[in-house]
Amino acid sequence: MKILGWKELPIGGLILEGGTAAQYITGGWRTMRPVIDTAKCINCLTCWCYCPDSSIKVENEKITGFDLDHCKGCGICAKECPPKVQAIKMVAESEVRG
Amino acid sequence: MAKRVAMTGNEAMAEAMRQINPDVVAAYPITPATEVVQIFSSFVADGLVNTEFVNAESEHSAMSACIGSAAAGARTMTSTASQGLALMWEMLYIASGLRLPIVMAEINRALSAPINIHCDHSDTMGARDCGWIQIFSENAQEAYDNMIQAIRIAEKVLLPVMVTTDGFIISHGMETMELLSDDEVGGFIGEYKPQHSILDVENPITVGAIDFTDYYFEHKRQQIEAMNTAIPHILEIGKEFAQLSGRSYELVEGYMLEDAEIAIVALGSTIGTAMVVIDELRDKGIKAGLLKIRVFRPFPAKEIAAALQHLKSIAIMDRSDSVNAGGGPLFTEILAALYPLSVRPLVVNYIYGLGGRDMDMERIQGVYQDLQKIAAAASIDQPIKYLGVRE
Ligand code: SF4
Ligand code: SF4
Repeated sequence: MKILGWKELPIGGLILEGGTAAQYITGGWRTMRPVIDTAKCINCLTCWCYCPDSSIKVENEKITGFDLDHCKGCGICAKECPPKVQAIKMVAESEVRG
Repeated sequence: MAKRVAMTGNEAMAEAMRQINPDVVAAYPITPATEVVQIFSSFVADGLVNTEFVNAESEHSAMSACIGSAAAGARTMTSTASQGLALMWEMLYIASGLRLPIVMAEINRALSAPINIHCDHSDTMGARDCGWIQIFSENAQEAYDNMIQAIRIAEKVLLPVMVTTDGFIISHGMETMELLSDDEVGGFIGEYKPQHSILDVENPITVGAIDFTDYYFEHKRQQIEAMNTAIPHILEIGKEFAQLSGRSYELVEGYMLEDAEIAIVALGSTIGTAMVVIDELRDKGIKAGLLKIRVFRPFPAKEIAAALQHLKSIAIMDRSDSVNAGGGPLFTEILAALYPLSVRPLVVNYIYGLGGRDMDMERIQGVYQDLQKIAAAASIDQPIKYLGVRE
């Protein structure tokens, strides 16, 4: 994204289009990340309903993974995954990133 | 044809609001500003305006409602005083930072403690760095005229404007004055066409987003620029208003100032009293004058320096103290305005009228006597004095 000067910006801090949060990468705040075991997952979409950051990626009604540019690692998805399934594990970023 | 009426300052401001017919008024009552919205609320109840009137539970909420309303693109007004303005504090900065053209009738009143309901300028002066345009009115006529001009100024510059009168002295004092017709006011202010609205679903916008270190400074720089460049717009709108009403409005106005040797500088209702004193002094051959500051924000430093540079001695009259061990706000800002001059007048500060302490002719006469002594001695013995306080 081009960084704009004061003469170029809309005034009052207004953002003149919708959905710009998608361009703003905030996943770097995360200390834990969700990891899914697709063999266990029954695609009930409970995690998708609960994720406060809309970071569960779904295609054709099936979970395909996480939007790690926006996932904050809150662990709600892991917690809400049905107790008998437990398809999501939270893993420390330090372990994944090394 | 102008209509001549007898009105108090509060009635005059409410009448201006009726003629402006804003989309939204959100307010909470507080002495001595209560009447402005109380009278206006009866206009709403009687169907004389189309305004959505919001009775908020506090001034903080009133200003918050004004911000939401203005962000939705509604022409928005409010009124408050003293503690009410203080309670709005947080939201005042948000209104100006979001560049929302809200117009407020602010009735100058002292701040607690001790509790006091009478006039001084502590409330408005406390809000002097909130990014609002601030216009002081000498009398009810000016309060009415300034309210009408404030709508145009706010919507042109995209900064909020507070128009002030002096609590009780102007707000509750009855005067004769002239009203414009409803059509004249309507024609002067025109229709408000906001650039953006949060209710416009075709063009979604975000209002009040967070800025980190990457953008905050740029947005503040824009806001500073709006204030830096507001003066020509205020003058232009004043000129247009003069064509309509026959009453001219500048940033500052001199009285018997051009050939004066000594002068006082003041805001608001004190001006009228000082003019009478000047007339008496002139009859005695004393070259006394005064400078009235109408627009305090943006601060017209160049215009003030140009108007005062020829004087021998000047008394800056502050109806509030900054309690900073350095004098009142008008004093310190005028000192700064005069600094670029190669030859500067001698300047002293009088703190007066706190908590409604009367400013009578005798006290003003005393100030001019002091100014004569200072001019004759070409020196100042005491730069800051407190006028009318018991030792
Ligand atoms: S950890 Fe939280 S933010 Fe990340 S996908 Fe799960 S619910 Fe969403
Ligand atoms: S809640 Fe668990 S089982 Fe259901 S879709 Fe999400 S990961 Fe799969």
